[in-house]
Amino acid sequence: MQRFPCPFCGLRDEREFHFAGPAGKVRPDTTKAVSAEDWADYLYTQPNAKGVVREVWVHTTCQEYFVMERNSATMEVLGSTALRKDAS
Amino acid sequence: MSGSRLPSGGLIDRGRTLSFTFDGKAYTGHPGDTLASALLANGVRVMGRSFKYHRPRGVWGAWFDDPNAIFNIRLGDVARPNCPAATTLLEDGMEARSVNAFPNAGFDIKGGLDLFHRFLSAGFYYKMFMWPDWHLFEPAIRKMAGLGALEGAPLDGFHADQRHDACDLLVVGGGAAGLQAALSAARAGQDVVLVDDHPELGGSLYQLAEIDGQTPSDWVATMHAAIIEADGRILTGATAFGVYDHQMIGLAQERGFTRAPALIRMRARRCILATGALDRPATFAMNDRPGVMSLNAAAEFAGRYGVLVGQTPAVLAHHSMVQAQLAALTGSETQMIDAGTKTPEALGRKSVTGLRVGSQTHICDAVLNSAGLMPIVHLWRHAGGKLTWDEAAQAFVPDNALDWMQAVGAANGTFDLDDALAEAEAVALGADRPARNVQYTANPPQPALGSKKRQWIDYQHDVTLKDIELAARENYVSVEHLKRYTTLGMASDQGKTSNVAGLSAMARLQGKEIPEVGTTTFRPPFVPLPMELYRGHHRGAQFHPLKRLPLEPEHRAAGAALGEYGGWLRPGWYGTGDPHDIAQSEALMARHSAAIFDGSPLGKIEVMGPDAEAFVNFIYYNTIKTLKPGAIRYGFMLTEGGVVYDDGVIARMGANRFVISCSSSHVDGVNAMLEAWRQDGHDPERTLVHDTTANWPTVTVTGPMARQIVAALDLGVDLSAQAFPHMQWRDGWFQGALARISRVSFTGDVSFEISVPVHKVTALWQAALASGAPLGAGPMGVEALSILRAEKGYLIIGKDTDGETMPHDLGFTVPRLKKSSAFVGDRGLHTENANRDNRRRLVGLSVPKGADPLPTGAHVVSGPATARRSHGYVTSSYHSPNLDRPIALGLVEASQAETGTKLEIQHLGAGYQATVCAPCAFDPEGERLHA
Repeated sequence: MQRFPCPFCGLRDEREFHFAGPAGKVRPDTTKAVSAEDWADYLYTQPNAKGVVREVWVHTTCQEYFVMERNSATMEVLGSTALRKDAS
Repeated sequence: MSGSRLPSGGLIDRGRTLSFTFDGKAYTGHPGDTLASALLANGVRVMGRSFKYHRPRGVWGAWFDDPNAIFNIRLGDVARPNCPAATTLLEDGMEARSVNAFPNAGFDIKGGLDLFHRFLSAGFYYKMFMWPDWHLFEPAIRKMAGLGALEGAPLDGFHADQRHDACDLLVVGGGAAGLQAALSAARAGQDVVLVDDHPELGGSLYQLAEIDGQTPSDWVATMHAAIIEADGRILTGATAFGVYDHQMIGLAQERGFTRAPALIRMRARRCILATGALDRPATFAMNDRPGVMSLNAAAEFAGRYGVLVGQTPAVLAHHSMVQAQLAALTGSETQMIDAGTKTPEALGRKSVTGLRVGSQTHICDAVLNSAGLMPIVHLWRHAGGKLTWDEAAQAFVPDNALDWMQAVGAANGTFDLDDALAEAEAVALGADRPARNVQYTANPPQPALGSKKRQWIDYQHDVTLKDIELAARENYVSVEHLKRYTTLGMASDQGKTSNVAGLSAMARLQGKEIPEVGTTTFRPPFVPLPMELYRGHHRGAQFHPLKRLPLEPEHRAAGAALGEYGGWLRPGWYGTGDPHDIAQSEALMARHSAAIFDGSPLGKIEVMGPDAEAFVNFIYYNTIKTLKPGAIRYGFMLTEGGVVYDDGVIARMGANRFVISCSSSHVDGVNAMLEAWRQDGHDPERTLVHDTTANWPTVTVTGPMARQIVAALDLGVDLSAQAFPHMQWRDGWFQGALARISRVSFTGDVSFEISVPVHKVTALWQAALASGAPLGAGPMGVEALSILRAEKGYLIIGKDTDGETMPHDLGFTVPRLKKSSAFVGDRGLHTENANRDNRRRLVGLSVPKGADPLPTGAHVVSGPATARRSHGYVTSSYHSPNLDRPIALGLVEASQAETGTKLEIQHLGAGYQATVCAPCAFDPEGERLHA
């Protein structure tokens, strides 16, 4: 069972977290034309890389979203940062 | 001859006698016995039948490595299936039955199956799938499959406690190396936990006559006391069954036969494995005869349990530590057999009577076998550690390259006692491993291929050398394929004894070395464990807690039938009698006078802040930014794919403040979705989302008399249709507290939703009932509300919509075509699929006069009976008491969804007729709503 560091609450059991998506995914500007391919890519393409990944997770007990860097092969957690700082 | 109890020795308490039965026969044993040791002491050899051929089997191992003796055991009211006899501690009054045998293990009527072994070879099932026909064999195979059977009802109170723990160092295994490692680390100030699966520490030490001039028991007691003295913790009777992510080790602690084990999730900074080693079985002819067993098991039965497994055992051993193993067997006349390059054959049927080597026959009553010692590396592999092949030892050993886990002693291939103690101390203190003084070597015999006599590899699953040869011939040579094709190592012992024997046979067949063949994956749990261990407190209301209403006592007092609706415990109807009839009369009451309804679960999620307007405008399908303060709008939330996720109303409280009233069952989901968009996509400093559902319970009054009833509540608000029209909200006061009053309706009649602080809701409910009673109004449950909304064609998301429904399928087309700003799901509404012209649309369905209501879920079909296809289905169906006829809603393909289309409907073999009509069946002009 893994433990993840919530930037607000500290190290917690994996059962308190949900995966939200890969970090850095940007919603296409839908007020302009978006091709079917670009929309499908946004909706469905998950890189799911083996190795170091950056992902958005939510700590369901405090409801804060944050970016976590981890190794998807070794399960090593490399760190987490609050999303609001990451976004700016 | 067979097993017998020694006059002295072992850890058993000869002063007390425990009674038990096996296959209906009475026996006795002593505290400290396992079922296997007690039966051996009673001279019982045959303890089970093999899985496929029903061959008689005795024990191979003395602990978790025994694949053969598996019992269903009852003790008082507690019956547990598939208990390994070698690890189940004897308790007084146990009734044990061998599994897979009838009437008993000694005489099994299916024993004759063995004659057909030729037809039951590896890959039997797979071949039957192809030819001639699996279905011919399936009923018989299913009947024979499996081992023990479950008895009766689930065990009352059989609950596993679960707790979390942590330590600096977890030492797994309480033998000599483990004790030494734990003591050294504890004395160095580390927080140490030593865990061992036996009830007594000491591992295989009881096989020895003495250690440092002390008896094994005294030496272990001294070490035990020293560890406690150094503040170490000791857990006995607890198995480390698996290593999980982030250095968590699962421990299952035994608490007696009638109690579920306890689960400890141990988080260890460092772990030392001192898990010992097992005998590797030699593969020879008829090596499954009862009495052929592990040499280490024989020594363990003698040393720990005071049981001699045979008087004149033959010993087939092929390694340099054999003398140490033989030390415990001084009570018997052991005969060392050197078979050279010949393949021995065990003689006898229900008990071994001799060992034939070439032309020579050795008379014996047991064959003790050890082709080598195999370090127990399961936890090491769970942790992701790699193995290396030790050529001299002919065994896989840990490469010791993990930073947090190290193996010591026999688990690391260090079999000599002094070497193991030195190694354990060094590793515990973080020093370099000392060089070994005693070099261990093994020279296991090569399996004899092509032999006529059967040679067993996997006892429990009846896999023989011939099966491995067959798998190799059919090209299942990868170890993972070999395992699945032959089921080698897939029994409940998970191949603890059989895997290396199987690998060595496959290596020989391919002319390779064992390390080139590789191993299969080691997975937790290390031993079979009751599923209850994983469940623990995650059951019933603790697994799925219901949300409770503040008005629940009022509902109970009013005789409500409470049930779960979308995660809430809510009144389905009030009073006793036929629920259908009650719902019908409540629905009639609502249209004739008024109904008073607990609407508390309705979502009340506040969205506030300078960007609130833009945020909700983005979240909703409908345009929200034009909504005026004081007004309410109905709308949809979509997924990014364009599918309707929720519907409900949104009220504007001010320039920068909204309240989202989502469906009762969707509050948590909507709140999470809002948070996701707020934090990941918007500036979270400029919007705040706050779920106040629990703070504002709601009493809804609906019906033609609603205005009169609410007027009597004295809320200080002008309730007239002109001053307070439909889709508006007002602040009022109820008994000095703020009351939020909304004119929205899920019934099609004038409705007031009055939300007040929790402490006022009981008074509000009672006041509404008191003011309604003289007018014929009363409480209404969820069932009647469902009828009222269906009469109006109002939909319930997830019931009248599915995972493909988009708003334009429901008749809400304008935002899709006109809304200019971005919103969730916008692009998803313009895909090829969204533009398909034969999408399913929401329709009303009417039935011929006098017909019964359509079954919910029934399909609209066309075509001949052999090639029917579905064009949609009935989503909601009721008898409408106010129209006195059936009504229904459905999702039907556009080509069949024109009003007036006659539909053929099918449900579970029965046919029905229906005609498409408008979804709204009651008051289509909406006159009552605005009255």
